[in-house]
Amino acid sequence: MTVMNMIEALNSAHDVMMGRDPDIVVMGEDVGYFGGVFRVTAGLQKKYGKTRAFDTPIAEGGIAGTAIGMAAYGLKPVVEMQFADYIYPAFDQIVSEAGRMRYRTAGEWTLPMVFRSPYGGGIFGGQTHSQSPEALFAHVCGIKTVIPSNPYDAKGLLIAAIEDPDPVIFFEPKRIYNGPFDGFHERPVTPWAKHPAAEVPEGYYTVPLGKAAVAREGNDVTILAYGTMVHVALATAEEQGIDAEVIDLRTIVPVDIDTIEASVKKTGRCVIIHEATRTGGFGAELAALVQERCFYHLEAPVQRVTGYDTPYPHSLEWTYFPGPTRLGIALKKALED
Amino acid sequence: MTSSNERRNRPALSLHVPEPDARPGEEVDFSGVAIPAAGSVARPDINVAPADIRDLPYTLIRVLDDDGKAVGPWDPRLDADTLRRMLRDMAMVRVYDERMFRAQRQGKTSFYMKSLGEEAVAVAAAHALDRDDMCFPTYRQQGLLIARDYPLTEMMCQVYSNAGDKLKGRQLPIMYSDREKGFFTISGNLGTQYPQAVGWAMGSAIKGDSRIAAAWIGDGATAEGDFHNAVTFAGVYRAPVVLNVVNNQWAISSFSGIAGGELTTFAARAVGYGIPGLRVDGNDPLAVYAATRWAADRARSNLGPTLIELFTYRVEGHSTSDDPSAYRPQGAGAKWPLGDPLMRLKAHLIGLGEWDEERHQQLLDQLGEEVKAAQKESEKLGTLGGEAAQSVESMFDDVFAELPWHLQEQREQALAEAEAKRK
Repeated sequence: MTVMNMIEALNSAHDVMMGRDPDIVVMGEDVGYFGGVFRVTAGLQKKYGKTRAFDTPIAEGGIAGTAIGMAAYGLKPVVEMQFADYIYPAFDQIVSEAGRMRYRTAGEWTLPMVFRSPYGGGIFGGQTHSQSPEALFAHVCGIKTVIPSNPYDAKGLLIAAIEDPDPVIFFEPKRIYNGPFDGFHERPVTPWAKHPAAEVPEGYYTVPLGKAAVAREGNDVTILAYGTMVHVALATAEEQGIDAEVIDLRTIVPVDIDTIEASVKKTGRCVIIHEATRTGGFGAELAALVQERCFYHLEAPVQRVTGYDTPYPHSLEWTYFPGPTRLGIALKKALED
Repeated sequence: MTSSNERRNRPALSLHVPEPDARPGEEVDFSGVAIPAAGSVARPDINVAPADIRDLPYTLIRVLDDDGKAVGPWDPRLDADTLRRMLRDMAMVRVYDERMFRAQRQGKTSFYMKSLGEEAVAVAAAHALDRDDMCFPTYRQQGLLIARDYPLTEMMCQVYSNAGDKLKGRQLPIMYSDREKGFFTISGNLGTQYPQAVGWAMGSAIKGDSRIAAAWIGDGATAEGDFHNAVTFAGVYRAPVVLNVVNNQWAISSFSGIAGGELTTFAARAVGYGIPGLRVDGNDPLAVYAATRWAADRARSNLGPTLIELFTYRVEGHSTSDDPSAYRPQGAGAKWPLGDPLMRLKAHLIGLGEWDEERHQQLLDQLGEEVKAAQKESEKLGTLGGEAAQSVESMFDDVFAELPWHLQEQREQALAEAEAKRK
């Protein structure tokens, strides 16, 4: 075990897998010599050579398209999209091509590949470095979408994603790269070093896709969260002394319905939190699933705590960010109704 | 809208919307098409610097002259057996196309696309490439499969989405896929295959393989960002790939001017990327063969990609859903000055004393019989219409390697719905 922050854990996942599998190639903007703007791919080019970790032109559609071709050849590309906000030029290649290749060829061509991308706000990135587009990928066919919330999961999930036979979108909440930010932005952030999930094995291990984790057990209300919002949920429950059960979804497609259902049936109340915009967000899907399966166990309407349906603003970052105050109001409502 | 009234002394701007030379009811006029004499274009060594052949994208590489003789430095000097095999493959594409077009009109499938007049583009390239080079085609390169001996019955079963369709009825007719024949699955989202071909070629280079990739795109789809992405990446990494632009001058109803063809040639796009660009008479099978071979040899020698414009003409409609008489003069294809690729190769072989009218008729009869027999065979496995050949359950297979819970649940719902419909 070594203490790692999320960046180090993700870097270690790359390193472990590139060492085990010579077919893995890492590509993206600035990922080669420099090691990525967030340093996730640092040292890989030096260790594995220029043809296994290399810089690409600034063309996300070209990165995705060529990576698909490499996967069709038989390589396993692990692609970095520098910011999730930049992924849209690659949308056609990811959605129409990667996501449907197995289906349209009845399994003749398959694409084991990972699209990694730092996502989410809280870093004063303005509207082009803060978005959370996970629902766009959850809505289409043939793509798994994974969002870790801590270093241990980040490494284990990324290794599982690399080994998965299908394309995986892997969104990394960049606000928690260096520490478990809980939304109390006026307080200093504790580094990962003080968190138990920063104890990361140096070698190979996996955290299975499609399995949620119970981040905190509780009896009065279930909070469904992923990424940074897991820490917002934990802190809010702690601050307000609420006996909340916090479910860290970890994978949103396929989502772990059994864990969600068991928790909501136990608590009878459910609050969903995500940073992405509200309308058509993944929270809407979760709310629908919960009411379909747990309607007769529900004591109160399901609440959604989300970003607003506006672009992510720069100066009003903390007004936009769904932090402990917004979650606290929703929890109160869910518990009082 | 802001008015510019206060700037009345400035000239009014006007928008140019390109318009083809002739519309329905008008005479088509190809007299403006510049056609250099066959054999007049120099053939550089494959290791030439792209900067030294910047004239090639603006001319037209031709081998067969008006008398059917092969002339000039681009003559690939093929033996008679290879020439006859190319003739046979092009004729087979034509016979097959005609048969399947008719099958669509008879209601046996939903859709079909012919490649009449463009057969050389795929067939000659297939002969110039190695059999294990990977092709990333558009929907009009069925000639690749035919030249690589893919069974006609397999193609027909795909067109019919029947019980024999190995793609399980998932794809629109003619969107074939065959990994073993080096034929990448066709996408209906035009242009996507172009960067994929480059990526495949990069993969081959990363692994120190010797196979190269070849891709095709239409003149219309060169306007897609995927084209720019593909050629950029191909140039940057010197990917071993042959990038073909099939300029058949029509993208459904839009003439090539709408894709930028009024301003320059499609081959000339190569100049800006610093790679060689060849412009080739796409109706001259020997020229297509020679250019493909030149580009393939470059790719195989780690000299990188080549962009080849194949100048041809889409003689028929875009597909069975299209009627070109609504937007261009009828019979325009028959007047195309670069002729019919099949007839040109036939004339060449006759000129060599290696072919005659009688053998040609025998060939056509024999191909007709082969296609008819294959059709009979494939129709035993069904045609499109009525009940689908595939089970309801199969609809949920292959979305992922394993069926996740939500698709299991939806599969049960679909089965219940199918049961309810039966009652």
